[in-house]
Amino acid sequence: MSEGICRDCLALVSPDARRCPVCGHPRLLFHPELHDLTIAHMDCDAFYATVEKRDNPELLDKPLIVGGGKRGVVSAACYIARTYGVRSAMPMFKALKACPHAVVIPPDIAKYARVGREVRNLMLETTPLVEPLSIDEAFLDLTGTERLHHASAAVTLARLARRIQNEIGVSVSIGLSFNKFLAKTASDLDKPRGFSIIGRTGVMEFLAAKPVSFIWGVGKSLEAKLARDGITSIAQLQRMDEHTLMVRYGAMGTRLHRLSRGLDSRDVSPDRETKSISAETTFLDDVCDEKKLDATLWRLCEKLSTRAKAQQLAGKTVVLKLKTADFSLRTRSLTLPDPTQLAETIYRAAHPLLLKEADGTAFRLIGIGISSLCDPAGADPLDMFDPDAEKRAVIERTIDQVREKFGPGAIGKGRGRT
Amino acid sequence: MKITIERGALLKSLNHVQSVVERRNTIPILSNVLIRAADGELILTATDLDIEVVESVAANVSQAGSITAPAQTLYDIVRKLPDGAQVELSIGADEGRLSLTAGRSRFALQALPSEDFPVMSAGQLSHHFTLPGEALARLIDKTRFAISTEETRYYLNGIYFHAADKAPGQVLRAVATDAHRLAQVDHALPAGAEGMPGIIVPRKTVLELQKLLDGHSADVAISVSETKIRFQFGEVVLTSKLIDGTFPDYSRVIPVNNDRLMQIEGKRLAEAVDRVSTISTEKSRAVKLNIEEGRLTLSVSNPDSGNATEEISVSYDSPPMEIGFNARYLLDITSQLDGEEATFAFADSNSSTLVKDSEDEDAIYVLMPMRV
Repeated sequence: MSEGICRDCLALVSPDARRCPVCGHPRLLFHPELHDLTIAHMDCDAFYATVEKRDNPELLDKPLIVGGGKRGVVSAACYIARTYGVRSAMPMFKALKACPHAVVIPPDIAKYARVGREVRNLMLETTPLVEPLSIDEAFLDLTGTERLHHASAAVTLARLARRIQNEIGVSVSIGLSFNKFLAKTASDLDKPRGFSIIGRTGVMEFLAAKPVSFIWGVGKSLEAKLARDGITSIAQLQRMDEHTLMVRYGAMGTRLHRLSRGLDSRDVSPDRETKSISAETTFLDDVCDEKKLDATLWRLCEKLSTRAKAQQLAGKTVVLKLKTADFSLRTRSLTLPDPTQLAETIYRAAHPLLLKEADGTAFRLIGIGISSLCDPAGADPLDMFDPDAEKRAVIERTIDQVREKFGPGAIGKGRGRT
Repeated sequence: MKITIERGALLKSLNHVQSVVERRNTIPILSNVLIRAADGELILTATDLDIEVVESVAANVSQAGSITAPAQTLYDIVRKLPDGAQVELSIGADEGRLSLTAGRSRFALQALPSEDFPVMSAGQLSHHFTLPGEALARLIDKTRFAISTEETRYYLNGIYFHAADKAPGQVLRAVATDAHRLAQVDHALPAGAEGMPGIIVPRKTVLELQKLLDGHSADVAISVSETKIRFQFGEVVLTSKLIDGTFPDYSRVIPVNNDRLMQIEGKRLAEAVDRVSTISTEKSRAVKLNIEEGRLTLSVSNPDSGNATEEISVSYDSPPMEIGFNARYLLDITSQLDGEEATFAFADSNSSTLVKDSEDEDAIYVLMPMRV
């Protein structure tokens, strides 16, 4: 057995130590492959809630839920709230039933984005190969950084976790393995402030005991399909050959075959492109009024357009998303002849899609997005048969400039009012 | 039914008709070709319910009859038979099959009864006229590139043919546009086309017609109504539905007061645009034109791959100007210019530009600029 690491003082400790001989703390890390693994997944613990507690220490010992209003869902729940059964993505009324004395704070996404960027910057100081998965989690590839940091990947990660905790005040959980699938799997095993390791030895046995839903990409429908075919555990998948799986489940079959054996050859790629941009909102009360839906749609189009302009992207496909009162999802899309980043053009494409759906059905959520993203250089070309389009574009750019100077509420179109 | 025909003759006709057959069909018989044999000829018909192509070819008919069989499969089989082979087609003892024999090869193809094959009725065709094959090909070749693929503006998804006023009388005019560029080509109005309705011929029909016309110089008899068009030449009859829509008033987008004139050697420009646009990508497709007295500078700048410039001497004596175009669109238009000299008429960098062969008044192109 190789040397272990003390996660508090980063000292290397002998394999038989119970407590760190240097600082006396018991958070020691041992694994036969500890110093040979280099692919990590790092995830901030109850990120939104942690940030809120950091900024308001009075909340430290209280159950805290970050989420929107009476109709919203839980965006994040602190670990105290979780002991009452509160989970993220749970409807707020359910969460408050489980934990009535919880403190509820509306999310401040801008703040979390800022803190998330600080965390990412520390990651990037450690290795350039950081692939963000969301605002608060990322894959890190530390292969080849041993000489730079004069330490194994495991030590570097423990050091990074400590630094994030000390400098930003946010705790993270780390999964360390030899590929992305297992690194992500590992980081979920021990939370919060966890550090889990999945080595090459024993992977098959470890996975065999897990249900198929454990595999990345196996959602409810595939799980049900597999169950219909009598497959519920990964062990069963491990016994099947690739060909059979491929014939039955197509491209997913290959993936099942590989992931069930812990094989995953995807690279950690830092510049994974944005595939779509969107904006959505959940109503306080279900809405069936077409005018109100339409006014909300326009405001969302403006929000989406602002994001697209900020990210220097334009999209060719407009996607309207609606969730009915009984939670069924409707998405409708339209591909434009040319990419756009203008709120006006997005709205004009989405408006007729909405009219078709606004048939008196009560909706709880509306969203708008653009995909098939590209550079805005060729976006919104001049149109011979619609000379007013250019005028509308000029108006929109003028509104953007006014808002930049005097704030987002300074000017708007009448369409956004109800 | 029993016929014998030489492989080459059958292949040629099958090739003509099978291309209208959609590769994926929900109605099985639409994947089939209708085969009818009578009076020393074999008549092949294929349709996608919007277009119907009928072609007859001489054959040795020993027993008349009709059947339908999968077009693609039949075509592939005949294509793979050796050159010069004699192909025998007959309805087997089993009524549901078409049997094909050539030398030692035998095929039995799943067939469907000819009675079930949809017949496209052309209805009453009101106007009839004749155009030389080359003239029709030219009207199509020079406008086709501008046809829109935008589904929401379905009325732009074809070429608009109509009788247009042009001093001293009328012309037969073809117009296509996708709202970013427009092509308009005229031909002397043939007898019988006076007062014909304005019609929009769908893109697929245009492409099929272009294939069928390839190398065909004989006259094409054309008949139209408000909803259908029929082309008849050689042994081929193509009938097509028209796009049911109103083509926009294109005349208002053709600039008439553009007074900054630039004369340039068309071929050189096309080559230069092609060269500099090598480094433009899907991301940045703009090519910038800097025009000053006697000189045009083309430039493309691409943040990812670098930049390119090329200078061409031109005849131009208006104030210097700068204008950007989509390189692809500019190239599409410059490659239509086949005269010695081309004329570009600009207004300013935000307005449409008129392009034509200096010698040719019959073809004009309009191009919208890009913001650069």
